[in-house]
Amino acid sequence: MSDKAKQRYLLQGNEAIVQGALAAGCRFFAGYPITPASEIAEQLSITLPAVDGTFIQMEDEIASMGAIIGASLSGVKAMTATSGPGFSLMQENLGFACVAEVPCVVVNVMRGGPSTGLPTCPAQGDVQMARWGTHGDHPIVVLSVSTVMDSFTITVKAFNIAEKYRVPVILLSDEVVAHTRECVELPDAEEIKVVDRITPSVPPEWYKPYEGDARGVPPMAAFGDGYRHHVTGLIHDEMGYPTQRPSEVKAFHERLTKKITRGFPDIQMTRGYYLDDAEVFVVAYGAVARSALRAVEDARENGVKAGLLQLITLFPFPRRALTPLLDQCRAVLVPEMNLGQISREVQRVNNGECVVAKHNRIDGKFITPRELFDRLMKL
Amino acid sequence: MPIPAQALRHEYLRHNKKFPHVWCPGCGNGIVMGALLRAVSRLEIDKDEIVLASGIGCSGRMPTYLDFNTLHTTHGRALTFATGVKLANPSMNVIAIMGDGDSTAIGGNHFIHAARRNLNLTAIIINNSIYGMTGGQYSPTTPFGSKSTTSVYGHIEHAFSIAELAVTAGASFVARATVYHADLIDRLIEQAINKRGFAVVEVISNCHIQYGRRNKLGGAVDMLTSFKEQAVSVSRAEKMSHEELEGKTTIGVLADREIPISTEEYKKVREQARAQKEKV
Amino acid sequence: MTSEQKNQERYEIRFSGSGGQGLITAAVVFAEAVGVYDGKHVCQTQSYGPEARGGKSKAEVVVSRSPIDYPKALELDLLLAMNQAACDAYFYDLKPNGILVIDSGLVEQQPTSRIIAIPFTQIAKEEIGRELVANMVALGAIGLLSGQVDLENLEKALLARVPKGTEEMNSKALKRGIEEAGKIKLDDLPRSVMSEDDEV
Repeated sequence: MSDKAKQRYLLQGNEAIVQGALAAGCRFFAGYPITPASEIAEQLSITLPAVDGTFIQMEDEIASMGAIIGASLSGVKAMTATSGPGFSLMQENLGFACVAEVPCVVVNVMRGGPSTGLPTCPAQGDVQMARWGTHGDHPIVVLSVSTVMDSFTITVKAFNIAEKYRVPVILLSDEVVAHTRECVELPDAEEIKVVDRITPSVPPEWYKPYEGDARGVPPMAAFGDGYRHHVTGLIHDEMGYPTQRPSEVKAFHERLTKKITRGFPDIQMTRGYYLDDAEVFVVAYGAVARSALRAVEDARENGVKAGLLQLITLFPFPRRALTPLLDQCRAVLVPEMNLGQISREVQRVNNGECVVAKHNRIDGKFITPRELFDRLMKL
Repeated sequence: MPIPAQALRHEYLRHNKKFPHVWCPGCGNGIVMGALLRAVSRLEIDKDEIVLASGIGCSGRMPTYLDFNTLHTTHGRALTFATGVKLANPSMNVIAIMGDGDSTAIGGNHFIHAARRNLNLTAIIINNSIYGMTGGQYSPTTPFGSKSTTSVYGHIEHAFSIAELAVTAGASFVARATVYHADLIDRLIEQAINKRGFAVVEVISNCHIQYGRRNKLGGAVDMLTSFKEQAVSVSRAEKMSHEELEGKTTIGVLADREIPISTEEYKKVREQARAQKEKV
Repeated sequence: MTSEQKNQERYEIRFSGSGGQGLITAAVVFAEAVGVYDGKHVCQTQSYGPEARGGKSKAEVVVSRSPIDYPKALELDLLLAMNQAACDAYFYDLKPNGILVIDSGLVEQQPTSRIIAIPFTQIAKEEIGRELVANMVALGAIGLLSGQVDLENLEKALLARVPKGTEEMNSKALKRGIEEAGKIKLDDLPRSVMSEDDEV
C-alpha cells in the first residue's frame, strides 16, 4: 500500500457501482435505459470498451438478462442494472441463472411502484420481489447499499459471491443512494479482494458440469474451453441433461440450497451500532439505515438505550445476527420505504417476546430521522 | 461428396445423452438437425468452437443431443443469450435454433433487433406453423383459416412471412427452404454460417401431428410432398406474377448483402475509448 | 462524539431556483471543493424531476467533519433562492439563525429582514457578459458567506468542472460573487430570520 494520500472522488451511488463493478472484474454489461439506474449504463458504455470489455444496450430488460447470462457462460463477469419495471421483466431469465447456476450481478435501483409508479422517487418496494420474483423455489442472494462507499464495496462483494457460489446476486440500491454524491477514497486494485469462479481441473471426458464440489458448487467451464457441456433451464442431472427422475430432481434442489446455507457466514453481512446494551433496536437497510443511525444517536442522547442493526444482506435473511438481539431487546423498529417487506421476515424469526414495530412510508418520500426518533422514544 | 450418416452420428451426437429424442416419428426437426451436421462437417468447424443455442419448444431440444457447446434457454430468448455469448467471445460460431412461435411471437422483438443489430450470428428457424410441444395452438405463422386447438373455428389472423420479416429488419443473409429440400438446407446453412453478419435460414417444416392432422393435410409424407409442390425457387419466383405466387413458397437465398457487423464496429469503439482514457 | 456535537458540526446549504439556472452544477462544484479538495465529509443531493428544463429545482450540500448519516438537509444553515417560488417554498426550512441569500433581481417579496440580497443574474449579464454564469456568481457569494470552504479550492473545483474555453468567464463570475458578498457584514443583520414578534 502506498503512503501517498489516496485520491478522493466525489461520486454518485450509481457511479460508485460502476467503479465497483470494474474493480471486481466485470467486463460485460447489457441493459436498457430506465430511471433512476441509467447512469450505470451510461458510465459503463464509456468505461468498459476502454478495458476491452463490452457494453450493449439491448431491446429490453428480458434481452439484457439473457445477454449477461450468455456472456457469463463464455467466461466473462457480467452485470445488468435496472429499476422496478425492468426488474419485473428480468425475473424469467433470473430464474434461468438460478437453475443453470450462472454467476452474474443484477442491480436494481429501486423507485416507487407498482407499475410505472413514481419513477423519480425513492422506495424499497422490490425487496420481496428480489426474494421471490422468479417462479419456483430457489435460494437467492440479495444485498443492499446505503452509502456511496457501500455502492463500491458491496458491488465488489456481489461479484465475489456470484462467482464463488455460481449464483446470480441481486444488488438493491434506491433513488437516494443512487443520486447522492459523496466523497470516497477508492482502494487500490491490490487492496481489493477479487474472487473468480473455479474452473474444472479434470479433462473434458471426466467433466460433470453439474456435480458440486465439497461446497456444493460445480466448477464452471466456459464455452470454447473444450468441455462442450450442455446448459439448460430444465431441471438436470449432474451431466446437465434434463431429468424428471425424482431422486435426481431432489438432489438438484438440495445442492442448490445447501451451497448457500453452507456459505451463510460469508454471505450474510450486517453492521451493528450501539447494540451491546441496547434495550430497543432498529433493523434497517439501504438509505433508511442512515436515517435510522441518526435517530438512534438522538434517542441515546435522550436517555433511550437504542441500537441499530443494518442489514447489508437481505437474503438469505440474516437470522443469526437477529435472534440474539430479539432475545436481548424489548422492542424492534423496522422502518422501510414499503408496507413491511423486511418486517415480516423479522416477525418470522422472532420468538414472540420482542415487540416488532413497523414504520412504513410509501409516499415517495425518504424517511426522516425525526420520524424514527419519535417512534423510538415511544417504543 | 455425401457424408455417411453413421460417421456424422458418431462424430456429432452425444453418446452420453440418454436417447431417444423427444420428436415424433416423421418430424422435420431431424431433417434440419441432419442438415446442420452436414453443413458443420463440410465446413470443418471444430466442435469446440460452436455454440448452439435454442429456445423452448420441440426445436429447443436439439442442442441437448449434439456434441457442441449447447445452451437450451428460455422461450423466445435464444438470440439474447446468443448475443451475450458472441459478444463475450467473438471467435465462437454461435448458432441459434428456434421455432416459429419461439422466434416470432414471444421472441419476435429479439428477432428483429438481432437482425437490425447485425452481429455475426446464425439463426435457423424451423417453421411448422404451430405450437407443437404445447399441444397445437396457433402461432404467428399459422395460415388464415387454419384449425388449431385455439382456433377450432378457423384462424382469423394472418401469418408472418419469417424470411421476409428478416430481410426488412436488416439481416445480412436470409434464405428459405423446406424440409423436403434437405440438400438445399445443408447448403443454405453452410452459406449462413460462413456469412459475416446476421444470417437467417427459415426451414418450412411439418407438424403432421398437431397441424397436419387438424387441417386434413395427411401424414408426414403427404406434407413433404405438398412442400415440394408449393416450392418455387427465388429465380423462378421473380418471373411469376403476384397471382401465380399465391400459395407458393419461395425457396433459396432471399437476401445476401454486406452490412458492417457490430462486433467489428465495436473494435473501433474500444479504440476510441482507450484513446479517450489515455488522454485523461 | 455526541449526536449534539454531530449536529453542530453539520452545515446544510440548499441551492434553489428554477431548472436551467445551473443550481445542481453549483452544488456539485461546492461539494467537490469541500469534499475532494478540503477533505471534509460531504453529501450532495438534488430534487430529481422528470422535466428536462424549467420547473422548480433544488440541490443540497451537507458538510461535516464527521461521517454524515442522513444525507439530505434537515434544517438549513444557508438557503440560496434564485427565484420567488423557491424563496417562498423553502424559507421555512431555514434555522432561525440561518442565512437567506437571494437574487435581488428575481425575488421581489422578501420574507425576512435577515437577508442577503445580491443581483446575481444582473451581475452575470452586465459585468460578465453571460446570464448563464449567474450560478457561479452566487456560488462565489455562498462560498464566502458559508465559511465552509477554502475559496481557492472552490475555484480549483470550478475550473475542473466547467467546459474548456469557459474557465476565465466562470472564474471571473466566481470572484465577482466573492467580492460582492465581502461587502456584507453578517453581524449587522438581524440575529434571526424570524421577526422580533415571532420570537418566544
